[in-house]
Amino acid sequence: MELLYFGDKGWGDELVTATFMTIVVSITAMFIGFFFALIFTPLKLSKNKFLNFFSNSYTTVIRGVPELLVIYLFFFGGSGAIMYVASIFGYKDYIEINAFLTGSFSIGIISGAYSTEVFRGAIQSIDKGQFEAAKVLGVNKFTQFYKIILPQMLRLAIPNLSNVWQITLKDTSLISVTGLVEIMRQSYIAAGSTRDPLFFYSFAAVLYLMLTYISMKLINRLEVKYSRGH
Amino acid sequence: MDFDLMITSLPKLLSASLITLKLLSASLIAGIVLGLLFAILRLSKNIVINQFAYGYSYVFRGTPLLVQIFIIYFGLGQIEYLRSTFLWVILKEPYWCAIIAFALNTGAYTSEILRSAFQTIKPGIIEAGKSLGISSKIIFYKIQIPIAIRQSLPAYGNEIILMMKGTSLASTVTLMDLTGVAKYIISTTFKPIEVFIVAGGIYLFMTFLIHNLIKYLEKKYSFQ
Repeated sequence: MELLYFGDKGWGDELVTATFMTIVVSITAMFIGFFFALIFTPLKLSKNKFLNFFSNSYTTVIRGVPELLVIYLFFFGGSGAIMYVASIFGYKDYIEINAFLTGSFSIGIISGAYSTEVFRGAIQSIDKGQFEAAKVLGVNKFTQFYKIILPQMLRLAIPNLSNVWQITLKDTSLISVTGLVEIMRQSYIAAGSTRDPLFFYSFAAVLYLMLTYISMKLINRLEVKYSRGH
Repeated sequence: MDFDLMITSLPKLLSASLITLKLLSASLIAGIVLGLLFAILRLSKNIVINQFAYGYSYVFRGTPLLVQIFIIYFGLGQIEYLRSTFLWVILKEPYWCAIIAFALNTGAYTSEILRSAFQTIKPGIIEAGKSLGISSKIIFYKIQIPIAIRQSLPAYGNEIILMMKGTSLASTVTLMDLTGVAKYIISTTFKPIEVFIVAGGIYLFMTFLIHNLIKYLEKKYSFQ
């Protein structure tokens, strides 16, 4: 138990910080994912074959390739790509992007592919009459999407989005390979310096279980809130 | 684009994908056995057995696979007692540790898939069996299990694909699977995009094969 003391003696405070890092990375990645999903869902539903193909290949590739490989792509390729873009504008120095950005971006792209599928499914299960009614009333496409379709879609999407959140939360453990100090990385450091891997990895498992449990409870509340009147 | 690198790394990556396939098939076979066992335990009316099975699936589904591998590979070796038993022969090998972790993980998901399949079997089917005078043991083995397996095929297909992606974590415990070799080539050549295209292409090809295999099985064993 002394291993969990706060301050210099134990790893308690480090692990608390690391847990917050995991939460922050997961939330950032989830929002980056939403951003991608908001772009790719309309493309997926559009009638244009090229746009369709484009967004289908995004979701197929990301969901068919291991998360770790995607992380390695951005970890090793990220700064190279940014330096290439910068060199076009005449900036020649070495640019290093930090582990937080690489991590949340790569996990965000992965979670975005799952969110896209969830949004697509939710939109497709909305009654067609809703679209037609909006059209008849002369509501323009933008208002139709944001004021009529989106609120209805969210209710249908929340159960599946909660799965995406669980996947995203667990995927953040993989960012530890890039050196970002979240739960997994901190446990690795602590296990290395105390030679007590069993304790620290088990404790990491408990932390993750706690996070998944708490988020389940919170999401259930959201679900109740959004299904009022149904 | 460095096409030479892509061509020269292809054979290396292909031979590494054999290890990925080995890990995948070994853990899936063990995972099905575990999954069926725990799905049956979940349906038991004894609360202790029931909750034990629930706890197993909850813990393994609620924690990242990476933690599970690390606990088994780095953690269990710390217990002095284990080192003196025959288990140590298995637990000192990263290969077997990875398979144990994958099997326990996929077993948890499989047990959930099978449990929900058991629960959605129409009671009429079981009643029909009973009224024909078939013993409840035979009803279970010859009627309920085959129907449950058929019901769970689509969800299980997804699980196979998720597990195939999961085997990439074996590279974190020094195994040179497809992702491990890809990472090695990337870190020596600093050409991530080329290697990603080749390795990702192999993974996508495997996903494609699994997807079609499941589709074929679904058609073959459909009720209609």
